[in-house]
Amino acid sequence: MSRTNKITVRDLKLWYGDFEALHGVDLDIYEKEITAFIGPSGCGKSTLIKTLNRMNDLVENCRIEGTVELDGKDIYSRKVELNNLRKRVGMVFQQPNPFPKSIYDNIAFGPRTHGIKNKSELDEIVEKSLKQAAIWDEVKDHLDRNALSISGGQQQRICIARALAVEPEVLLMDEPTSALDPISTSKIEDLVSELKNEYTIVMVTHNMQQASRISDRTAFFLNGNIIEQDETRKIFTNPSETETDNYISGRFG
Amino acid sequence: MVSKLMKGLVYASSVFTFGMLGYLVIYILINGVRFLTPSLFSWQYSTSNVSMMPALMTTLMVVAGTLLIATPIGVFTGFYLVDYADRKNPVVRAVGMATDTLAGIPSIIYGLFGMLFFVIFLEFQFSLIAGILTVTIMSLPVIIRATEEALIATGMPIRQASYALGAGKLRTLFKVVLPVAMPGILSGVILATGRIVGETAALMFTLGTATNLPGSLFASGRTLSLHMYILSQEGRHVNEAYATAVVLLVFVLVINALSTLVSKRLAGGGK
Ligand SMILES: Nc1ncnc2c1ncn2[C@@H]1O[C@H](COP(=O)(O)OP(=O)(O)OP(=O)(O)O)[C@@H](O)[C@H]1O
Ligand SMILES: [Mg+2]
Repeated sequence: MSRTNKITVRDLKLWYGDFEALHGVDLDIYEKEITAFIGPSGCGKSTLIKTLNRMNDLVENCRIEGTVELDGKDIYSRKVELNNLRKRVGMVFQQPNPFPKSIYDNIAFGPRTHGIKNKSELDEIVEKSLKQAAIWDEVKDHLDRNALSISGGQQQRICIARALAVEPEVLLMDEPTSALDPISTSKIEDLVSELKNEYTIVMVTHNMQQASRISDRTAFFLNGNIIEQDETRKIFTNPSETETDNYISGRFG
Repeated sequence: MVSKLMKGLVYASSVFTFGMLGYLVIYILINGVRFLTPSLFSWQYSTSNVSMMPALMTTLMVVAGTLLIATPIGVFTGFYLVDYADRKNPVVRAVGMATDTLAGIPSIIYGLFGMLFFVIFLEFQFSLIAGILTVTIMSLPVIIRATEEALIATGMPIRQASYALGAGKLRTLFKVVLPVAMPGILSGVILATGRIVGETAALMFTLGTATNLPGSLFASGRTLSLHMYILSQEGRHVNEAYATAVVLLVFVLVINALSTLVSKRLAGGGK
């Protein structure tokens, strides 16, 4: 199988003040695949995923060493335009966080941010993004409704549509279904499996079944290290490390 | 048992508070409404008609002038403190502390400061401008605090969502945070308006007590509260003072109703 490295992380260390949360992590994320991050609570999954679109820049006292490359270019280099990086690497959060605006304005916010003003062009993007996020049919008749007035599962798909509307190359998702009911969860899983045809996806999850069902590769985290990363099938059936095996079979974490 | 007692006490005290308020309002209405004559609203003040019209207009001028200066400064300071400032920076902490301290100072102190600084040192005399600048300083903490609280209440998640879409700080603040915080900021501005309308001590020695409409920024005048205070203090126009109180009361009640309306809409999540 020929695969292209989309994101390459090398010897990444990260500190929150004096606390070292990542101890020199290496990771490869391949184009148009779903990479899952698994591991016990507090092991650094969210921390690592946030370094991939530099959301950690917002955290006071957060400092990194090492490199993160997107298409072979260091995203922490001075030359990188932060807003453009975040346009290319989108993010969906654990708690659905739509703006208290209409559904339409939620989706159109990103494209407007990046300079699209034309109404018919925006209409098209809104429709396309909502369709991609498999929520068009549910909301197409009330796009002017406040996005907070719909259910949590729908809100999360609105957030996914909103992220897709800026046409990112990578989509980062930090436990996107942990706040949702099983039906919404399975809808989002189907959706994510569909999206990988066009996007590179990184997803943190606490749900082993979810990781094994939809991801292509899995990285197992423990105490700020990546213990093992491999094909999901391999990680779940025949892991190389005993810690991975213990975690998968539920012996700790 | 204790909780029942507490409930009873809370209930009783709210009935008491509400009763007092009702009594006050009715008392003023009964004693004032019948003296509301057209001559009380004539454009020219004279010692015989003791018209409140100039004072009413002066009140509007003071409110408008103050809000014109205090709102932008207060709102931007609030913005700065919440979304821009580095909280550990000593200057920022000083601003925060100054705001808290300013909020707790009795208004007579503002009056004295205004007199020493604007009236005497800057030689503004008793004037509209000296009065406006003094109550501006007084209103700032109210507006700054309201802005800060409204901004903080918007929370991190929508900011993160905006940043993650590639929006910069300014766009996030103006397009995402501000619309949500607007009702809170507005109710702060309305609260400040209420303070200005009711203010006497800070204005007496800065705006002065001239009876006519100030012809310029550098002329003296008196606001409605001040007018009422002087009328009742002089003791020769007690009935007219009550009538003036009716108008002032209506003014304040309208402002309060406005603020309640705005914060209700805030609680409703905007839109
Ligand atoms: N802003 C912060 N300041 C200080 N320490 C932090 C901060 N964020 C996370 N940490 C610490 O860094 C470590 C890794 O946290 P992280 O949120 O990345 O874990 P996680 O793997 O995502 O856990 P979970 O599965 O519970 O979400 C934890 O020990 C956490 O307490
Ligand atoms: Mg996490």
